[in-house]
Amino acid sequence: MDAVTFDYRESLDLATLKPVASQVMGAELTTALNDGWRLLALCGLPEQQGQSSPARQETEIHLLCVIAHDGTGKLAALLSEPLTAYPSFTPASPQAHYFEREIFEQWGVEPLGHPWLKPVRRIPDAPAASYPYYRVEGEQVHEVAVGPVHAGIIEPGHFRFQCYGEEVLHLEIALGYQHRGLEAQLLRSSVRLPLAECIAGDSTIAHATAHCVLWERLSGLMPGQRAQILRRIALELERLANHCGDLGAIAGDTGFLPTSSWNGRIRGDFLNITASLCGNRFGRTMLTYGGVRHDADSNLCHEMLERVRMAGRDVRGAVDIMLESPGVLDRLEHTGSLTARQAQDLGLVGVPARACGLAVDARVFSPLSDLPHQEAPCVEDSGDVLARSRVRSRELDASLHLVQEDLERLAGCPSEEIAAHTEPHLPPNRLAVAQVEGWRGEVCHLAATDNKGDLLLYKVIDPSFHNWPGLALALRGQQISDFPLCNKSFNLSYCGHDL
Amino acid sequence: MLRIIKERLHQKHRTLNWPESQPTLSPRYQGRPVIELTDCGDCKACLQSCPCGALLRDEGHCPPSLDMGRCLFCGACSAACPQGAIRFTKDWRVAAFRREDLLVRPGQPLPESPPLPHKDYGLFRRSLKLRHVSAAGCNACEADTNVLGTLVFDLGRFGIEYAASPRHADGIIVSGPISENMRLALLDTWAAAPEPRVLVAVGACAISGGIFAQNPQCHGGLDNLNSERDPGMPSSALPVDVYVPGCPPNPWSILDGLLSLRRG
Repeated sequence: MDAVTFDYRESLDLATLKPVASQVMGAELTTALNDGWRLLALCGLPEQQGQSSPARQETEIHLLCVIAHDGTGKLAALLSEPLTAYPSFTPASPQAHYFEREIFEQWGVEPLGHPWLKPVRRIPDAPAASYPYYRVEGEQVHEVAVGPVHAGIIEPGHFRFQCYGEEVLHLEIALGYQHRGLEAQLLRSSVRLPLAECIAGDSTIAHATAHCVLWERLSGLMPGQRAQILRRIALELERLANHCGDLGAIAGDTGFLPTSSWNGRIRGDFLNITASLCGNRFGRTMLTYGGVRHDADSNLCHEMLERVRMAGRDVRGAVDIMLESPGVLDRLEHTGSLTARQAQDLGLVGVPARACGLAVDARVFSPLSDLPHQEAPCVEDSGDVLARSRVRSRELDASLHLVQEDLERLAGCPSEEIAAHTEPHLPPNRLAVAQVEGWRGEVCHLAATDNKGDLLLYKVIDPSFHNWPGLALALRGQQISDFPLCNKSFNLSYCGHDL
Repeated sequence: MLRIIKERLHQKHRTLNWPESQPTLSPRYQGRPVIELTDCGDCKACLQSCPCGALLRDEGHCPPSLDMGRCLFCGACSAACPQGAIRFTKDWRVAAFRREDLLVRPGQPLPESPPLPHKDYGLFRRSLKLRHVSAAGCNACEADTNVLGTLVFDLGRFGIEYAASPRHADGIIVSGPISENMRLALLDTWAAAPEPRVLVAVGACAISGGIFAQNPQCHGGLDNLNSERDPGMPSSALPVDVYVPGCPPNPWSILDGLLSLRRG
């Protein structure tokens, strides 16, 4: 095997990665995925030449592939020889399909034989030929187009439904409206943490944690115990707020209004607990390199603990009556189902993957610290909206438990420095990966440095990147009126995808 | 059924009686900044600490002015200042009617009362329907705009509602730095809203592009949408009526911004 394996907490010397032919890379990827590995990232790595910027053709491009083995906490990396085209990995390894489209978009490297090759981000003004929509032909088949501006207060995206009567034969999701040039900005900017916080505003803590952990793994910096606890409290509060909001939204789309109204409020209670920690409801400014920026003394810990208990009681009661209501259950059951096989083929992560029975959860398999953690992911097996709701409901309990334990732990933890004083320097020629289980799923950041210690590559993979194709697949054979409910049960990020 | 009623009794009525009672914000909340007039010498610590160029150096040795329209309210400048000249207060009523009113100058005291509109918005006094357009917003401004519809704030009691179509709206709320890929959709949505109409800019990104202001993929918010970057566009294409600064603004700040149209 040509792949170089390393522990997920460590960085890898780029020099140990010997470029292999793309066919070798494809074959190894297929073997590894069959052996229980998971594709974490597949992206273009520009050849070192001092100056490099994305989307420039002159630079030679390698393919960099990083896979993860959840059982052992091992990562493995593979590097291809420089190339401009290669036989697509997708036919043998479907998990690669979206990554290959992105590589084609960003670098112009063509995966030959890719079944549906086009950019992952649509440019509205570009010629229609560059982004052909899938069409189902037939006298009674009609097309419904929605977006980019939606009816609710949500981010923009465009959906095309191919319908036969009420039945959706195919849904295509065209994204890219939110593209802010964020990845390129992370490469060139010297102020990266506030940018990481804006990758997806509702996952501020998850992305900021991933960014800081990545820096720490590259530079060998270790946050102290208090900082680790505070980071986890913030991450779990983010999960509580969003799971609570999502369950409320699912209740709303089912017409079960009590839970819909209460959860809107309780979600705010959790956000306000985060604000009591760092001043901002979304956790902006909470993290910093080597730790956190805001500490909590024992008084604040006890106050937060009391508020978490109260909000926890409220959300439990609100969600219980929803998931006991026969009307709600009838609406959620068998709606938007995916099988475990489909989830695995697409490489789904987070709540939708766990709802299909896949045991994926970075908190369990790649924990960020030595703190005691959840022993097993919350898994359901029916793969429908009900399963996704139940996963959230059970994770509420798990997170409530964890936050309360951590707050008590923090109150008893001796005071110490909670952050590094200077931004760490990055060593040359290293590759590191950070996996953080945000509320949507695994947030993955990956960076490589060149021989001067400058960034050569910064890749952000929001869980939405994996899961948008899952939503499209879940709609097949459903009624078009099931879309809002299915959409809420995935609740994916547009800007986290578009970057 | 009985369980639902029992739960209903437990959850109680918890809409805040605003404006009669004031919201309690986190003691660590960072609202409107004030800048003391000090002699800074050659110190530029705050300017170097700002992640998004919100501090504008004035002539001489006095502290810089702060543009709330660009500010992330992250507090980096406040922490960097050796003299403690920059302080973020608890004042959450940060909305303004004019772009220049978002500039906080050294020595400028906290406003005694919120600003009054310089136009007559009387038509929207009892009913205001708004369409929201996220133009590359990160979903923080979106979430805290949406949250006004929950029963904590109960936006409907003020006669304000979010409309599903610009055709049914009296105005548009914009968030996000206005990506190139959303420019057309935003302009179309604005054009589809019947006049008279209002435009509310929520968040640093929508106002100035915030942290993304310099990216070629974004238009630097409403500040720059019509300026030199797009010479073909008339400068009054998207005239802003209310600015709500922040990253993201607190929901109370956004509510205050919407209700500010009714002052005077």
